[in-house]
Amino acid sequence: MNFKLNKIIPQLATLLAVILVFGFLTYNAQVNMDNRGIEFGFGFLTQESSFDVQFSLIDYDGSHSYARAYLVGLLNTLLVAFIGIILSTVLGVIVGIARLSPNYLIERTAAWYVEFFRNIPLLLQIFFWYFAALRALPLPQDTEPMFGVFFLTIKGLFVPRFVWENLDIFFYSIIAAIISIIVIRNYARKLQENEGKQLPVFYISIGLFLILPLLTFLVGGVSLNFSIPELEQMSNTSFKYKGGLGIPPELIALTLALGLYTATFIAECVRAGIQGISKGQKEAAASIGLTPNQILKLVIMPQALRIIIPPTTNQYLNLTKNSSLAAAIAYPDLVLIFAGTALMQTGRAIEIVSITMLTYLSISLSISVLMNWYNKKIAIKEK
Amino acid sequence: MNKLNFLRPNIENLNTYLYSGIFLISIAILDVSLSSFFSTNITSFLPNFISFLLPLILGTVGLHFIRIEFSGIKNLDLLNKNINTNTFNAVLTLLIIFAVIKSIPPFLSWFIFDATISGDTKEACTGTGACWTYIKIWLNRFVYGMYPNELQWRINLSFIALIGLAFVGLIPSEKIKKFLTLYYVVIYPIIAFVLIYYLISGGAFGLEWVETGAWGGLSLTFIVSFFCLIFCFPVGMFLALGRRSELPTVRYISVGFIEFWRGVPLITVLFMSSVMFPMFLPEDFFMDKLVRVIIAISLFEAAYVAEVIRGGLQALPRGQYDAAKSLGMGYWKMHIFVILPQALKLVIPGIANTFLALVKDTPLIFVVGLLEIVGMLNLAKTNPKWLGYAMEGYVFAAIIFWIICYAMSKYSYNLEIKYKTDR
Repeated sequence: MNFKLNKIIPQLATLLAVILVFGFLTYNAQVNMDNRGIEFGFGFLTQESSFDVQFSLIDYDGSHSYARAYLVGLLNTLLVAFIGIILSTVLGVIVGIARLSPNYLIERTAAWYVEFFRNIPLLLQIFFWYFAALRALPLPQDTEPMFGVFFLTIKGLFVPRFVWENLDIFFYSIIAAIISIIVIRNYARKLQENEGKQLPVFYISIGLFLILPLLTFLVGGVSLNFSIPELEQMSNTSFKYKGGLGIPPELIALTLALGLYTATFIAECVRAGIQGISKGQKEAAASIGLTPNQILKLVIMPQALRIIIPPTTNQYLNLTKNSSLAAAIAYPDLVLIFAGTALMQTGRAIEIVSITMLTYLSISLSISVLMNWYNKKIAIKEK
Repeated sequence: MNKLNFLRPNIENLNTYLYSGIFLISIAILDVSLSSFFSTNITSFLPNFISFLLPLILGTVGLHFIRIEFSGIKNLDLLNKNINTNTFNAVLTLLIIFAVIKSIPPFLSWFIFDATISGDTKEACTGTGACWTYIKIWLNRFVYGMYPNELQWRINLSFIALIGLAFVGLIPSEKIKKFLTLYYVVIYPIIAFVLIYYLISGGAFGLEWVETGAWGGLSLTFIVSFFCLIFCFPVGMFLALGRRSELPTVRYISVGFIEFWRGVPLITVLFMSSVMFPMFLPEDFFMDKLVRVIIAISLFEAAYVAEVIRGGLQALPRGQYDAAKSLGMGYWKMHIFVILPQALKLVIPGIANTFLALVKDTPLIFVVGLLEIVGMLNLAKTNPKWLGYAMEGYVFAAIIFWIICYAMSKYSYNLEIKYKTDR
């Protein structure tokens, strides 16, 4: 009896404390909202938002609802996170490998890159790129094009836009290519396990991935044109680009800063992962006659990835969360549009801040669930 | 005389290869240096494209010539082993050397030679380099924010006192040593709070009241980081213990708390503390903006500290728990005297990283209208008298933050070495 009380009393006390705190806060909120005549509810989401957004991936203007504005913000956040993750992964892997280079100069350069960008606050880096570096770019009318089609100006980067016809057929062909690659890989694995024959899976995959979509250009009626940005004079001093795709400077500054900053952490993960593989593994693999490529592919990478992936996932999550700093340079992400403008207009602090937080929370949790699943899949299966 | 085969340098004709290689490399470096320092192109008679690539080609060939294994010359072997193992490495080496040579003159001339530091107005900055006059004039604001000039001795005094009191631990007296933990964990934070509350904030003892809205600059960065560091550590420790607890209620509450704070960005937490939190307080209850921010950041970082400490707790072998229990220790005694000292020692690097992240996160308090150094920079940048010096400001702040963070990471590395007890 005594023993059980020992365990029940602390639990009850904690539970009681938590309930009391929450109850107290909720009660206060209720009183405050009654006094100000605000009612709790999410009805405002369907109201007309009546504010415009600079940069949006979907159709949006002031006549759309707050819910649509939320979607615009969410998509912009995901866009930044997506580009940032790709940029930081590519750079991080290169720098991480460079840190293990036998070349002293390369190793030092990579180390200095990591030490430099890791120790400066991300916000400062975003400000630097946006307010100092990108502001030094020329005006549209003075810009010399790069390779004839890219225009990097103070108003952003203008690139050619793809103009597709029958894009859906092209998409289906890519999906078909991916499915056939998976089938062939499975077949090749079975073939090797049963008969010891090896197929050049890598080249077949690349071939399929290129040839199937290319075929649709000939057979399926898919065509691709480029709309190249052209400078157009609006008035004496105002110039604008027509056609093409304009990437706003906010997006460039944000992805650049996020990519460069997060890459330092990913580089450290990669380095730790590769260093974590003992030399004996490599030597053992070589001694049973594997080629250097096979050693890397079959022995080193599967083990290194096991060490690299969990901390790298964490960095992806951090990057996604850090993309909320967009609000500081007025890139219209979730925080700026929803927790900023929409909150100002409606004054519904509790609803809007909770929706914003829940959104980030669900992004984080879903990425970590996905990564846990992947992690479990590649974990060592002990018998 | 052996036959020379330039595709395959060998040791028989060592000197021939060595001299011709060094000659080619010197020409390559000379070409780049001349174009970089004196803007002259000695190969301008060649077509543009070749003239551009020539140093790289010459350097690669030169490095190829001197790549002779077991040459017997110590420095040459060292060089080959470190920067010249194969053609790919040689090209990369050359590219790095050229990039450094190319970037030194513009950087130095911007940073030092063409920079201005004299004068008091924007008009003094006529050179093409950096305008350090801007930093000089605004330095006071960057360090103290909007704090009244004649009262700034109060900030200085309290900071000096705090730094001095932090060194009490160095007094080599056995009597004091016993109370050091108590001092650092309880007494020191209380002293710090009293100092900052009465000296910097004022309002008592005849000191003028300065509202927290006027605080700012680097001193605010220090105040916020300092208090958050002090608060987030014990909270994080309790959360870590809670997450490892055998009691389901405690465990689930800790897990929920930690995962919630780790799943949301700090900026939304600050939004919450500024616009949503006042709604949850009793009506006539007022809590200062700075206090709310410190609580918000502390709770946020506590979740990260908790996960780091949990890692340390999990890394301890079970035997430590069993041994402590077999000596008849209870839960708290076991954790305070056996488990935590070992676990914390293991996670020094992780905790240092979290603290670094905290310091780097402090600029975010601009969201609630508190302007620490980065916020002050943005304010100064928009001053009509000083438009166009954003670069200097950001470089200045970057240097300061870099020094702080680099020093912290080096210090944690030393701590790690000091407390390392390999079994």
